Amino acid sequence: MAEGTAAARPRPPRSRASVRSRWSRARTPPASCRGVLDKWNAKNPDQKARLIELPQDADSQREKMIQNAQTKSDAYDVLVTDVVWTSEFAANRVLIPLPESEFPLDKMLKPVVDTTKYLDKFYAAPSSSDGGMLYYRTDLLKGAGITDPPKTWDELIADCKKVQATPAGKGVNCYAGQFEKYEGLTVNASEVINGAGGQVTDDAGKPDVDTAEAAKGLDFLVNGFKQGYIPKEAITYKEEEGRMAFQAGKLIFQRQWPYQYNLANGDEGTKVKGKFAVAPLPGLDGPGASSLGGHNLGISTYSAHKKSALDFIKFYTSEENQKANLELASQAPTFTDLYDDKALQDKYPYLTTLRDSINNAVPRPRVVRYGDASTAIQDAAYAALTGTKSSADALKGLQSQLTEITGK
Amino acid sequence: MAVAAPAPVGSRGKKTKEWKSPDEGQGRLAAIMLSPTFLVLILVIGLPILLGIRQSFYTTGGLDAQGFAIEGDQFNGLKNYTAIFHGATADRFWNAFYVTTLFTVVCVVIETVIGTAMALIMNRAFKGRSLIRASILIPWAIPTVVSAVLWKWIFNANGVANDVLGNQILWSTDGIQAQMAVIIADTWKTAPFIGLLVLAGLQVIPEEVYEAAKIDGSSTWNSFLHITLPLVKPALLVAVLFRMLQTLAMFDLPYVLVGKGKPSVETLSILAQQESVNTRYGPAAAYAVLLFLYLVLLAYAFIKLLGADVIGDAAPKRAKVKGQKRSKVGRSVAKGDMP
Repeated sequence: MAEGTAAARPRPPRSRASVRSRWSRARTPPASCRGVLDKWNAKNPDQKARLIELPQDADSQREKMIQNAQTKSDAYDVLVTDVVWTSEFAANRVLIPLPESEFPLDKMLKPVVDTTKYLDKFYAAPSSSDGGMLYYRTDLLKGAGITDPPKTWDELIADCKKVQATPAGKGVNCYAGQFEKYEGLTVNASEVINGAGGQVTDDAGKPDVDTAEAAKGLDFLVNGFKQGYIPKEAITYKEEEGRMAFQAGKLIFQRQWPYQYNLANGDEGTKVKGKFAVAPLPGLDGPGASSLGGHNLGISTYSAHKKSALDFIKFYTSEENQKANLELASQAPTFTDLYDDKALQDKYPYLTTLRDSINNAVPRPRVVRYGDASTAIQDAAYAALTGTKSSADALKGLQSQLTEITGK
Repeated sequence: MAVAAPAPVGSRGKKTKEWKSPDEGQGRLAAIMLSPTFLVLILVIGLPILLGIRQSFYTTGGLDAQGFAIEGDQFNGLKNYTAIFHGATADRFWNAFYVTTLFTVVCVVIETVIGTAMALIMNRAFKGRSLIRASILIPWAIPTVVSAVLWKWIFNANGVANDVLGNQILWSTDGIQAQMAVIIADTWKTAPFIGLLVLAGLQVIPEEVYEAAKIDGSSTWNSFLHITLPLVKPALLVAVLFRMLQTLAMFDLPYVLVGKGKPSVETLSILAQQESVNTRYGPAAAYAVLLFLYLVLLAYAFIKLLGADVIGDAAPKRAKVKGQKRSKVGRSVAKGDMP
């Protein structure tokens, strides 16, 4: 700051990791962020930006940022925030509202833009997005005479039975996602609830999870463990455990983030290179819905360089830099154009699926007490998945807990 | 400083005349020499405790009509405490209380037995003794978080533990297997600590005592029961007390090894941490204060009931009263009292 540093950014590269550290640690080449930072510093030698890395896991990052605001420290100027933190940060005055007109929000994916607002005010500019996809083994499906990936859960289960009946598919498990009790379970549980036509909270943020649809959604996972189309050990899976299993050829279908695509197609530790593809997540009666991931950039309330910080955010979240980040770190961009770019589509075959996934994505509950809401969802889903409660009972309890947390 | 410096010299000069015994002067000198230490202790231990207790009476957050957090701390009286004992929070608290106590009792008992056995082995004269001693201490030297990660891999669904057992136990899921994982990892790490302290205690026992017992025809078991155990008791009790306090505050091992939000391994420390992560510092402080009180209570009871000599001043005091120095050792042997 002494040299007039304009924008100190808490660990953007791994800000991927702030979403991703929850979701995965292995996917964060900080190079992408540093590259953008270097470009900025070269152009603005009088307003140098410096990267401040925060702890690995998302909860600690969130806590650091809130504490920083509570002590009114000007240590950070620009904050890289998880898309689910906007409400909490805005309500706790961690971030200041930004001038909405100065950002090309109409050129961005709508669900992403929705994550930037609290009480209709714009608090953080979208810098990257993320959505879940269904990874499937093309070789195994082909071997069983299946041409298209499943669109519904029933199709998925039927496909598994066909594949497992072939010699190549013998002993390969059917499906897995992220079911360990952590943020990933919130994501997966929300997705199946949405995929069956239910919802965790309605548009006004009111909890609405005690419904037959929501129970049917959760039952897809519960029955998976009971009937065996989800392997027992999947209850301990986070992103990386699941990736290991998929790469070892132990899964036919898997719900996972885009980051796995390049790694599973890489040269190291993967047996499925060139043998898989991605599809939108299936649902109860048709395509399901992903939970939305990603990161936004906001300005700390106590920043001493708000003007430069705003310039920096505009620069960092520009289309040009998002394209660079996609190429460098396969970070999902927020600009619609980039998904329609033919050259990029050829290079990243998952782009259209990812765009559909993000466009159909449902945000996780936008509540001020997000941490508590997420914990409540995890408690309920975990109890159902491990068989201590029925889906309906678990969701009933969740409804009353969320009502208390949101105060609605 | 310039003014303060001469003062002790002057006062000391005056005092010299009044000194009744060299002991008293030494006491004064000791007090002066130690005062910086006490000052530091007050700053780094006393003050945070007081601030923590203060925080536990305050609350932060809450939304105003505009949808923004109310700024600053608001005095909340005893509400943070009473809230702990109501409804679902009470269940969670008592569960954590039970888990903490369970871990403490089970871990410390197992560790004491294994640690003492380790010490007895290490105390024997045999070839490669120093090697054994060093290797036994390695687990203790590894930071808890690192050993938690290590055991996390061992207890992975496809990890070594399941390979050895030829079974797929999902250790990191909620349940008794998770508790066992924590107990195993904790024992592995800290039994050597008890072993080390007991070994120190064993090494001051004179060999002649055993020789005398041997001549009297005492069996090995009897010698252990009536000589080793009573003589090693002061060291053992201190070791057990330290371990007890550590286990009561256990956080990193269950948190990393099994994960948060699993009731079967949720200790009081984890509960406090979870509250603070969700920026409810008042309730977090209240949990911490309750844990602190529980810790103090148990430590006090332990010292009172079992006579653990933690500070190391009990012996001279007793010696003075009874007028016989080194009475503690002699008395214990004579009576052969058991802990």
